[in-house]
Amino acid sequence: MTGTSSDLTRADVAELSRLLGAGEVSAVEVTRAHLDRIAADDGRLGAYLHVADDAALASAAAVDEARASGAELGPLAGVPVALKDLVVTEGVPTTSGSKILEGWLPPYSATIATRLAEAGTVLLGKTNMDEFAMGSSTENSAYQVTRNPWDTDRIPGGSSGGSSAAVAGHLAPWSIGTDTGGSIRQPAAVTGLVGHKPTYGSVSRYGLIAFSSSLDQAGPMARTVLDAAVMHEVIGGHDPRDSTSIDTPLARLADAAREGAAGDLRGVRIGVVRELGGEGHTEGYEPGVLARTREAVEVLAGLGAEVTEVSCPSFDLALPAYYLIAPSEASSNLARYEGVRFGLRAGDDGNRDLDEVMALTREQGFGPEVKRRIILGTYALSSGYYDAYYGQAQKVRTLITRDFGAAFADVDVLVSPTMPTVAFPIGARVDDPISMYAADLCTLPASLAGLPAISVPSGLSDGLPVGLQVMAPALADERCYRVAAALEAAQDAARGHRLLDELGTPAGAA
Amino acid sequence: MSSISRSDVAHLARLSRLAVTDEELDQFAGQLDQVLAAVARVGEAAVADVPPMTHAVPLTNVLRPDEVTPSLARDVVLAGAPAAEDGRIRVPRILGDAE
Repeated sequence: MTGTSSDLTRADVAELSRLLGAGEVSAVEVTRAHLDRIAADDGRLGAYLHVADDAALASAAAVDEARASGAELGPLAGVPVALKDLVVTEGVPTTSGSKILEGWLPPYSATIATRLAEAGTVLLGKTNMDEFAMGSSTENSAYQVTRNPWDTDRIPGGSSGGSSAAVAGHLAPWSIGTDTGGSIRQPAAVTGLVGHKPTYGSVSRYGLIAFSSSLDQAGPMARTVLDAAVMHEVIGGHDPRDSTSIDTPLARLADAAREGAAGDLRGVRIGVVRELGGEGHTEGYEPGVLARTREAVEVLAGLGAEVTEVSCPSFDLALPAYYLIAPSEASSNLARYEGVRFGLRAGDDGNRDLDEVMALTREQGFGPEVKRRIILGTYALSSGYYDAYYGQAQKVRTLITRDFGAAFADVDVLVSPTMPTVAFPIGARVDDPISMYAADLCTLPASLAGLPAISVPSGLSDGLPVGLQVMAPALADERCYRVAAALEAAQDAARGHRLLDELGTPAGAA
Repeated sequence: MSSISRSDVAHLARLSRLAVTDEELDQFAGQLDQVLAAVARVGEAAVADVPPMTHAVPLTNVLRPDEVTPSLARDVVLAGAPAAEDGRIRVPRILGDAE
């Protein structure tokens, strides 16, 4: 392939890296192809909150110059990337999808943004998200609705929906998302992408705008398992600036993906979680999702994996525990938005005192879901209710972790659907928090236990993507990549192309 | 488990330094009631002897060497503040008329 702009925006990172390294295309050409595609098509998708046109072309030109001068460049030099808008980036607007940070220019960059820049990647821009990452549909953004490239009347998943729409819609080859209760895995599932939530503490949270600190974790969203593993290796590893960062070397993730793609899963023990869509636990699950999950498990068994069903009874309590813990931590983390040091200040007319200005600032700056969760968290942490709600939820978290421990004594990975349904229509659940929260059913157990989990495409249901979730023990992320890559390779070979290739290029956008 | 009334929401909003409109009070009281009913199941879990878990990884106190390093420049920090005056962040009035 020698590079029409359409080819360049449909290539995965491995292909772009090869073309750039061989000098067949320049970083400026690759970047310009993506910027052109964004200009042509983001009006339809609403994936980006900020496109860094000039800065992107300048860094791409710098890569080309360095290459021309004979400098030794890494394999990712000149590859574009998009970042969820809660990854703090020096001099580039960062809003976390909230009006309270509108116009804020961070004075420093997150560790993962710095690591991606040091690898030579080119920042295309910042992607839309649910405000402060609270949501499962990206409808809670204060700025715009993001649409699913497979069906623009449907949600792109949340809260990293801008990141998923950008990659699935070919407006970026890969992107960063963050996952608190499933916000990387769900948007990946409903847009036909690969999304991995790393082991908690294995990717730095320094410079990520906090939602629920004991759960938040950044990770890769990509078109292939290998691309996700490569990005994970770039952003992962110990960071002394994050006190929860684990000081252990990362496993060889890209190697695990390549090994999985070779298609031999003999000796791998896979547990199908009964409580996540198994017999007696199918309420709320769409038949198409369950069928694709069953077929994916059959494919894995066909590659030699040993499949058993396992029971994790406490997983039924993950949803209620999460919706107490996350809002509690959010109510504390979001106290920093008080209109004094940065961001919005409202009602400061010289007559109002500090308390009034803070309350008005927060009233104007936060959207309904954020307010709802701050109030719920304040309630769950308040005297008299703490033991019954927050304390009890933290104990349930221990039970869930013990269930995982027991399961992993017998199997190497656990699998389930990533989401109980395919992408639902925009607006269908926005006024009903309970039905919105149900989207998180399958992703929450691994979040609460801090374990790695990946979503990999498992096929289509009614023309919309379904994802399979693969969960592994802490710091065994490589098992997720290996199993996911095996499924991806087998299914791609069977259908003769990638699932994402079934999503055509819209007329006039190439 | 108890339910949340309109006045409870108003009280919690005050504690959270959050001005809320009458309309929001009505809306949130209903929705928070539903959410609390949905999460009440955690109360049924048999966890009497189970220790709480706050974090997925054991947390230890991490200390860095006590060395002076450059911090952000003052003008860079003030550039992000909603109001600045004489090289400092200008805050709204803290004391009321009577104080």
